[in-house]
Amino acid sequence: MEKRATFSSTTIGLLFAAPMLVLIFVFFYWPSGQALYWAFTLEQPWGGGNTWVGLQNFRQLLMDPYYWGAISRSMVFGLGATSIAMGVALLLALFTDREMRGHKAYRSIFIWPYAIAAPALGLAFRFILAPEAGFLSLINQIWPGLWNPALDGTDAMIAVIVAFSWKYIGYNFIFFLSALQSIPRSLIEAAAMDGSGPMRRMWDIQLPLLTPTLFFLLVINITESFQDSFGIVDIMTQGGPARATELMVYKIYFDGFKGLDYSGAAAQSIILMGLVVLLTIVQFRFVERRVHYK
Amino acid sequence: MSSIAIKGVKKAYAKNAVVHGVDLEIATGEFIVILGPSGCGKSTLLRMIAGLEDISGGEIWIDGKLVNKMEPRARGCAMVFQNYALYPHMTVAENIGYALKVAGVPKAERMKRVAATAKVVGLEAFLDRRPAALSGGQRQRVAMGRAIVREPKVFLFDEPLSNLDAKLRVAMRAEIRRLHRRLGATSVFVTHDQTEAMTLGDRLVVMNGGRIEQVGTPAEVYNRPATRFVANFVGSPSMNLMEGSIDRHGVFVYDEQRRIPLPGAIDARLVGHKVTLGVRAEAARLVAAGTPGSLPATVDFIEELGAGRVVHTDFDGLSFAVALSDPAAFETGDTVGVMIDPADVHLFSAESGARINALAQLPPVPVAS
Repeated sequence: MEKRATFSSTTIGLLFAAPMLVLIFVFFYWPSGQALYWAFTLEQPWGGGNTWVGLQNFRQLLMDPYYWGAISRSMVFGLGATSIAMGVALLLALFTDREMRGHKAYRSIFIWPYAIAAPALGLAFRFILAPEAGFLSLINQIWPGLWNPALDGTDAMIAVIVAFSWKYIGYNFIFFLSALQSIPRSLIEAAAMDGSGPMRRMWDIQLPLLTPTLFFLLVINITESFQDSFGIVDIMTQGGPARATELMVYKIYFDGFKGLDYSGAAAQSIILMGLVVLLTIVQFRFVERRVHYK
Repeated sequence: MSSIAIKGVKKAYAKNAVVHGVDLEIATGEFIVILGPSGCGKSTLLRMIAGLEDISGGEIWIDGKLVNKMEPRARGCAMVFQNYALYPHMTVAENIGYALKVAGVPKAERMKRVAATAKVVGLEAFLDRRPAALSGGQRQRVAMGRAIVREPKVFLFDEPLSNLDAKLRVAMRAEIRRLHRRLGATSVFVTHDQTEAMTLGDRLVVMNGGRIEQVGTPAEVYNRPATRFVANFVGSPSMNLMEGSIDRHGVFVYDEQRRIPLPGAIDARLVGHKVTLGVRAEAARLVAAGTPGSLPATVDFIEELGAGRVVHTDFDGLSFAVALSDPAAFETGDTVGVMIDPADVHLFSAESGARINALAQLPPVPVAS
C-alpha cells in the first residue's frame, strides 16, 4: 500500500500545495496566457496600451519568407541534433553494456554535460570550434578557409548541432544504458545459444526491446531541440551568418527583444508551442503504437 | 549425438572458487541429471558446458572436440533456461524459428520445421501469439521447442521445471522423458528437486559445495549413498542419521537405551570410532513400546500423505522419521518402539562423511586413528 499523509483540514492541504501552484501559475500559465493575449494584439514597445488586431500577427508571420526559413532551419537542426545525440548515445550504451566495468563512473560522468547551462556550453564550443585557434584550426592550416562558422552558414549550422548534441548525448546515454541493463541477461544468453553473434544480438534482441526508450527519447530530444537551442545559438552564432542559424526560438528572442516587436514574438511563441504539441501528439499517436510489444 | 567429457573443471569468481575440479564422463544419448542444493555449482557447471561461463581450469570435450575456447554457437548445444528466456517481441513461431533464421535456413524450410516442432510440443494453435499471452506451461513448451528445432547434439536444461506448479511439473517431466526417448540426444538436466532427478535421469550426479559427491543410477544413489550428504539429500523424507560409536561387540551405540547390532564381523579398527548411522524412514518399523530390540521413542507428529504416512518420532532430542503404509495406531505423545533391521543400515565416517562399506564382506576401510 502506498503511504499517504492525510490532513484533517482542507486548508492545511491547500497551504502545502500552494507554493507549487503559485510557481506553476506565475512561471507557466501566466506568461503563456499573456503571450496568447499579445499574439492577438499590437503591443506598443514602450508601454501605453495595445490594440486588438485579431489574426493579423499570424497572417503577417506566415507571409514572411524569413519566418518559413526559421521553421525549416529548426527542422534541420532538430533532426540533425536528435539523430546525432541519439545515435552516438545508443552506440556508446551498447558498447558500455557489453563491458560493464566502471559503469557507475560512466553514469555520473556522462550526465554532467546535461547539467551545463546552454550559454556556458555555447561559449566552450565557440572556442573549441573557432576557425583560427580551436581544434579545427589544424584543418584550416592544411586547407585554408575550409572551416569557418563565422562566414559559412553550413559550418555554423554544423557547429550548433554538434554543441547541442554533445549536451544530450550523455542524457540519452543514461536512459539507453539503464534500458539495456533491464533486458534480462538470460535473453542475451538464449540468443547466444541460438547461434547469434554479438552484432546480430544487438539487432535482433536488444534494439527491439529498446524501442519504448527510443520513442521516449525521440519525443524529448525533438522537443528540447526546439526549445533548449536558444542559449547555444545566442552565444555561438547569434543566428548568423546571414540568418543561417536563425532557429525559431532565436527569432522569437531577436524579434521580441532586439526588434521590440512583442506581438510578433508572442505570435511566434504560440506557433512554436503549437508545433511542439503537434509533434508530440503525432509521435504518441503513430510511433508509440508500434513500439509496445507487451 | 555426442558424448561429453569433463576433466578437472574448475570455476572461480575473483578469489571465490565455486567448482573445484569436477570429472565426469557422459555417454552419447545419456540423460544425466545433476542434483544438488542451491549454490553447489551445478548451474555453473552446466553454463560452462554451454559456453556461457569461462572455464577457470580443466577441460570440457564435446564429441571429441575440446570446447574450452569455443563460442556457445560453435558447441552445438541447446539450452532451456529456468525463466524460459523467451524473446518477448517475437511470436511463438519466431521464437522457435530464431535459431534457424540465424543459421540462414531458407524461409520455406524454416516454416516447415517450426510447424513440425510446434506439433511435437503441442503448440500448433499458438504459433502467432506473443509469449506474454501464454500460460507458464505453454511458455515452457516454447522454450523446449526452441531447443529441439535445430536438432542439437546436446540438450542442456537449467532447472526448467522449477517455475511450474506441482501438477504441471509432473506432466512436463513425463514429456521431457518421452522427448528424450524419441530424440535420443545427450541431455544434461540440472535440478535441486530430487524427485525430478530420480524420475528423469539415467544417471544422477549429486553435487555439493562445488564437488561431485556421487555418480550413479538413481537406484544406486538411493540404495548405496556414497556419502552422508547424499544419504541426507536424496530421498523423501530424508534418511535418519544418528551419530554414535561402535563398541567391541560390533554394536552401534547411540546412547544407553539405543543400540543397534551391526551385521557381520566388525573391522577391529572401527571399534571405538565415531560413525554416523543412517536408516531410511521406509526401512524402520514402529512397534509397541518395550518390544525387545526396539529403540524407545515418543511420537512427535504424524504427516498424512494419503497413500502412506510419516511418523516423526523423537529420540530424546533427535528427530527420527518412520514411513508407514498402514494407518498409524499412534498419536502424538505416545511412547513407541522403533525397530531397525541391521541389514538396512548405512554407515558413514563421522569425520569425512564417506560411506563405510567394511562390514565384514568388504575389504577394511582405513580409518584415521
